[in-house]
Amino acid sequence: MNDTNILEVNGVSRVFRRGGMFSRNTLTAVDNVSFSIDDRPQVFSVVGESGTGKTTLARMILRLVEPSSGEIRLLGKPVNGKDRIDNFAFRRLVQPIFQNPFEAFSAYLPVSTYLRRTALNLKVARNDREADEAADQALRSVGLGLDRVAGKYIRQFSGGELQRISVARALIPDPKLIVADEPVSMVDASMRMNIVNLFRQIVEEKGVSFIYITHDLSTAYYLSDHVSIMNTGRVIEQGLPSDILDNPSQDYTRELMGAIPTIGARWTELEEIDRRYPTGDRATTESAARHQTTS
Amino acid sequence: MIALENAVVGYGPDKAFIAAVDDVTITIGDNEIVGIAGESGCGKSTLLRALYGDFTHGLRQRGGEINARFTDAGTGTTVEKRGANLSELWWDQISYVPQGSMSVLNPLMKVDKQIIDGLPKREKHGSRADLRKRIANFLKGLGLEESVLEAYPHQLSGGMRQRVLVAIAAFVNPRLILADEPTTALDVVVQKRILLMMVEIQRRLKNTLVLVSHDLGVHYQITDRLAIAYAGKIVEIGPTQKIFAAPSHPYTQALIAALPRVGEKGQRSGLEGRPPSLVKPPQGCRFAARCPEAQDICRAQSPELKMRSADRPVACHFR
Repeated sequence: MNDTNILEVNGVSRVFRRGGMFSRNTLTAVDNVSFSIDDRPQVFSVVGESGTGKTTLARMILRLVEPSSGEIRLLGKPVNGKDRIDNFAFRRLVQPIFQNPFEAFSAYLPVSTYLRRTALNLKVARNDREADEAADQALRSVGLGLDRVAGKYIRQFSGGELQRISVARALIPDPKLIVADEPVSMVDASMRMNIVNLFRQIVEEKGVSFIYITHDLSTAYYLSDHVSIMNTGRVIEQGLPSDILDNPSQDYTRELMGAIPTIGARWTELEEIDRRYPTGDRATTESAARHQTTS
Repeated sequence: MIALENAVVGYGPDKAFIAAVDDVTITIGDNEIVGIAGESGCGKSTLLRALYGDFTHGLRQRGGEINARFTDAGTGTTVEKRGANLSELWWDQISYVPQGSMSVLNPLMKVDKQIIDGLPKREKHGSRADLRKRIANFLKGLGLEESVLEAYPHQLSGGMRQRVLVAIAAFVNPRLILADEPTTALDVVVQKRILLMMVEIQRRLKNTLVLVSHDLGVHYQITDRLAIAYAGKIVEIGPTQKIFAAPSHPYTQALIAALPRVGEKGQRSGLEGRPPSLVKPPQGCRFAARCPEAQDICRAQSPELKMRSADRPVACHFR
């Protein structure tokens, strides 16, 4: 046990019962996962397909789901069980960012209200004026400001902007750890990198660590200091992104990498399909000719 | 072949018309995969609905032409349709792969009944058992088990359901398949499986596939030609490989520069700002406010989509 570690996950499993109340059919979503995150600010990525247990793992770290066995410790203190950290202290230390920012905020309240309430509920501010200050400061660190956000509703923002506001909300209590579950998969590709770069900037400027849950190996490679690959509830491979992705030891990691629609390297399977259905000249002469005449 | 000529398509009454597709000209030929890329709200799904002739739920055509001409591969007969009349060809010459597989399939019906219900008359010959067998064989050819037919939608995974939707769209042997973000909610491994299946279907049927996606990687992998949409306009069209090798429009350049790649750690940044509102689009080039090369002419005058080289129309004053 090391008290300087921000987070320690020791042999954590989560079993769900499937079917009715008396069903004995179970599903092990997370199976004996262990890792630790030391006190250096960093991005720790958990990568895998849908259904590999990454979200269940994130929810256990956020204390939204109880582990069936094993132990999670935050700054040396247990997250679950009898001696667990009280809820208030926990929320000030660990904050979530969810996948779909349009669902994370209600459509019926101005987004700035959430920021204010977060500041008041977590006792970062004692009154509305201080809450506005805290919200403004958090918004400035994500490149926005309260003047641009105040009084507006979710549909008045783009997905990228709203996800920035989610990040700002998470920053209000000055947490140690932010758990981001697929934070950019709903954001347009053109703005995705702004959010990803923002994470890196926050790690460096604010000293916050991120747990970045994703199925997208390319952003994980770009952003992280550490990558864990999950498959069927287990961590099958972990280490530095360059070690794992340049030299994957597991077939599953290779499959994940091979499935990325990378620009510059076409899938070999496509060539096989083309061989099976030779078409000769695929040039679209008719359409090209029509463009000549219409322009 | 299906073509839009100066098509203006959008929502609302004349006084407050929102043109989600504004003066767009594009021709989609036979036997090709055409991609339409762009950010949310750029009008790419509306463009797809226009190609589908789906003028329902408030969508209407306010100007220009939408013309389609399909030649049946078997009989050699040709049909021509325009605008909203394209709906006469639905699930016959034209089929559609929607995005949300969970909300599209009827949760109370087994998959086989859903497929059979939607088939056109010409496919419904022979006994039901015979028809079912043909569907099962078709699914098997696409790597789906026959047992899928016996399942209710909730018994299938998201990827399975989406593959069923692709299979339904392909079974009628259409000349044109339109797919709206068919893999957006899925992870990369399942996405790849579905995309390969779609390419195989297109190559086999030698028909046309139009794929809408905001993921440029997907377009790079499977499309033959690519159209880049921005704020209701098309800013660039060309052979996919050429666009990626040398993007011409500043918007395309920014989009491609923003993509992270495994194996590259260099700093990459996304686009700043957001697309203009379609309710009151700016005068001049719609990308001008975000364009690093914008000059006075860009803010005053809207550039036309003009041929800059043999097969690549671009809408920019400086290309």
